[in-house]
Amino acid sequence: MAQDGKRERDRPWIMRTYSGHSTAAASNELYRTNLAKGQTGLSVAFDLPTQTGYDADDPLARGEVGKVGVPISHIGDMRALFDAIPLDQMNTSMTINAPAVWLLSLYIATAEDQGVDPRVLRGTTQNDIIKEYLSRGTHIFPPAASMRLITDLITYTVDEVPKWNPINICSYHLQEAGATPTQELAYALATAIGVLDAVKATGRIPEAEFGKVVGRISFFVNAGIRFVEELCKMRAFVQLWDRVTRERYGVTDPKQRRFRYGVQVNSLGLTEQQPENNVIRIVLEMLAVTLSKDARARAVQLPAWNEALGLPRPWDQQWSLRTQQILAYETDLLEYADLFNGSEVVEAHTQDLVESAWAEVQEVLKRGGAVEGVESGYIKQKLVESNAARLRAIEAGEQIVVGVNKFVESAPSPLTENLDEAILTVDPEVDANQRAALARWKQERDNDAVEKALAELQRVATSNENMMPASIAAAHAGVTTGEWANLLRDVWGEYRAPTGVAGATVKSAATGASAETVERLRHRLHALEARMGRRPKLLVGKPGLDGHSNGAEQIAIKARDVGFDVVYEGIRVSPEQIVASALEEGVHLIGLSILSGSHLALVPDVVQRLRDAGLGDVPVVAGGIIPEADAEKLRQAGIAAVYTPKDFELDNIMSDLIDLVDRQHAAE
Amino acid sequence: MPPSDIKDDAQQVMSANKTAISRALNLVEDRRAESHARVADLLAALKDAPRAATGHRVGLTGPPGVGKSTLTSALARSLRRRGRTVGVVAIDPSSVRSGGSLLGDRARMSFDPTDNGLFVRSLATAGEVGGLAYAANSSVRVLGAAYDTVIVETTGVGQSEIDIVHVADTVVLVIQPGSGDVLQFLKAGIMEIPDVLVVNKADQDELARRAVADLHGALRTAHAAGAAGGEDSGWETPIVATSATKGTGIDELIDVLDAHRQLLEATLCARRRRGEVQWALDLFRRKHGEHGVSTLGGVPTLRARAKRDLDGGETPLSLCEQMSREYVAALGPTA
Repeated sequence: MAQDGKRERDRPWIMRTYSGHSTAAASNELYRTNLAKGQTGLSVAFDLPTQTGYDADDPLARGEVGKVGVPISHIGDMRALFDAIPLDQMNTSMTINAPAVWLLSLYIATAEDQGVDPRVLRGTTQNDIIKEYLSRGTHIFPPAASMRLITDLITYTVDEVPKWNPINICSYHLQEAGATPTQELAYALATAIGVLDAVKATGRIPEAEFGKVVGRISFFVNAGIRFVEELCKMRAFVQLWDRVTRERYGVTDPKQRRFRYGVQVNSLGLTEQQPENNVIRIVLEMLAVTLSKDARARAVQLPAWNEALGLPRPWDQQWSLRTQQILAYETDLLEYADLFNGSEVVEAHTQDLVESAWAEVQEVLKRGGAVEGVESGYIKQKLVESNAARLRAIEAGEQIVVGVNKFVESAPSPLTENLDEAILTVDPEVDANQRAALARWKQERDNDAVEKALAELQRVATSNENMMPASIAAAHAGVTTGEWANLLRDVWGEYRAPTGVAGATVKSAATGASAETVERLRHRLHALEARMGRRPKLLVGKPGLDGHSNGAEQIAIKARDVGFDVVYEGIRVSPEQIVASALEEGVHLIGLSILSGSHLALVPDVVQRLRDAGLGDVPVVAGGIIPEADAEKLRQAGIAAVYTPKDFELDNIMSDLIDLVDRQHAAE
Repeated sequence: MPPSDIKDDAQQVMSANKTAISRALNLVEDRRAESHARVADLLAALKDAPRAATGHRVGLTGPPGVGKSTLTSALARSLRRRGRTVGVVAIDPSSVRSGGSLLGDRARMSFDPTDNGLFVRSLATAGEVGGLAYAANSSVRVLGAAYDTVIVETTGVGQSEIDIVHVADTVVLVIQPGSGDVLQFLKAGIMEIPDVLVVNKADQDELARRAVADLHGALRTAHAAGAAGGEDSGWETPIVATSATKGTGIDELIDVLDAHRQLLEATLCARRRRGEVQWALDLFRRKHGEHGVSTLGGVPTLRARAKRDLDGGETPLSLCEQMSREYVAALGPTA
């Protein structure tokens, strides 16, 4: 107790903003500004090419360079990113997964260049491939190779970079993919068990030291708008993790059993309609992960109010940071012990979640564990079903979303008066500049050293040795992200994860207005089918590198349920592949989904290729986070309709799609 | 004599023009009565395609989740590497409620989109009894006129195998280690013995070895019980262990398929003819039911007649149209 009778204030959590865009230099400037504003850690957003192991000069990187994060191709980029930011004093979280070994190697090499001993480095590599297969979609390699990279990173850092969090098991993206709280708990814990079992199986960690590894495992969690339940979920996480570490891994030190987690609050529930309301949503969601001291987050990052509209500007991010600072520094929250200990209500719901989640963990383990749960499609299908149920509830008005399906009338908003300026636009020159810089880098580096480093990587990849030392050496030698990943693609192959849509069963409303609408749509579609002789066939394509497949999946399932034959190919399909599929499948309609902001590059490309293939008359619609000015450009390029997050009524979209096929048929 | 535009189309299909093939596949899916004559004309024009006679139609079937799409993808890639062209018909079930379908096979396949020697078309079953899609038979003939190997991939086990036998020259049943149901079906003779058995997902050696041993046992039991199968004398159903994700066993599978095709050389025409007879009968029965069949003399009579007419140059579709006219005439003017 302090002298005035109040408790000492607890230390606040680490405050970060997930950021990075355009170039390493531009992002460095942003980071330094954010740190000057009182941010206490960094959270690096990499662009999609970097996350999926491509350099800016790869054809697949077209339109994606510098869009959703910063492009980091080599140690020169990494040095620029942390220029004048001393790495021994920084806590850096990197959202990087499939090439986590590589980006951490670049970070370590950069620290070494700064004269910093890797042993003092603090931070986190996300490094959770399971949720990539299930939700986020930036995986590269098959499960076995990916698990090997994960265990290499963990077993290396436990001694060499001992303050590093080598993996952040993500329940976050499971919720974004539709997981219920029970599913979020269960699949995250199953993932952690899969990872720890794999580490154990390497035999690299002596039995007595295993607690050290367990103590380094951290989690990255989501907090949704049902904030009381979310608070209980966090308390359930604490209990369940204590149980897993004690019972399954025999960890005796309570510190090593502590559930340590960072948070990004929910982006899925942020709305395009009346976007200012998102600020209130963000605050409430933050409360879920901060109010309960015993289950409080170690690090918090908040999305920006305008994320459903496009990329947030520095001012938008500042607003989110200030929100955290007000809670931590102005309010008295940090002066008290846990507010909920002894609350029967909170305890009862926490126990419900503990029990249901534990049962689902056992179900996954019975089916062979998290990796098998991915490969068999079991977990993905569960998530797709939950998400479909959630969207149906919103569409039917059973789940209220203010400003979306209730209280929709609004005075004109000064915040969005000029919508195109209320978001950040990335300079279209970024792509070309990055390519030119990369060419210079390749010319100026010592290419003999690069060849040697790549040969060593090749040797290690086909051995049982740890990939980290060879990767750090390659980082110093000037190897690029694309070279590192392509070499391993050749050795291990690439993986296409199950989409989970084919087997998903969705309970639709049996009665009521929604059921009638679906029935009407089916009748219209069947009548159209009779006139055309074939059932209308829809191709759902996801061009580009973005792996956020929720939208595409839900459109695919809904379209099937009103009677379309739907061809869905999963994520990361090139424009060439989409056109080839459209031709071979004889489709009547194409829907493209892009959430990375690269729609202006990719959509017209698909349209042009369709024309070249003689398929110019097949209507194309596009969906994604597409600002109105861009939507207009797309319509001018021949896109029949553009859908954004505000178009949550799938029935209306289906009705449009049937109209489009009908009009095209009538024209033939 | 088919109209000349149909003949042009057929010619383009035979030269493996993807646009023409796609159009032809769209046509054979067309169920409108006014399209039937064109479909029949097209298939007649493709009947004697040189590639059809030398080609190989492979049926790939098995329970859901055993990795058939991934196996199809691996098989197609290996065949392409051997310089053969490949057409794939991937069949998925339709939703009973809406009639719609989610055709997910392409998601598991990774192909070069610029490859002219590979064509993949997905079809929905649309509630067809037996699991094969309405247009599967015709689609196989279109692709068979254009490509060296046609793979028909379909889900099902047990009764549904029956119609893939009528479409494919070689029936491959795919299972994974631990597929107890399939063993029971085989032993009980519910399922015809396939030409080739594949144990896919054979990544774990011990499990795979046991699965192969179990299958050998099941085959012995089935043979002892006098189960059907092995209609081609001298063919003992081989069991191949594959891992489609790792690419192991695929070359062995191709060798086995080639060996079976080789063995069929002498009997292939008869085998395909039996399939066509069945197809013609199925078409007719779908249209006119049991009453139609009995009016024209019953199954054995129709079967013999179909064989004779098909030998004489009819196609199953033209024959069905012919029988329809006879049935309508038999019903008399008031019908």
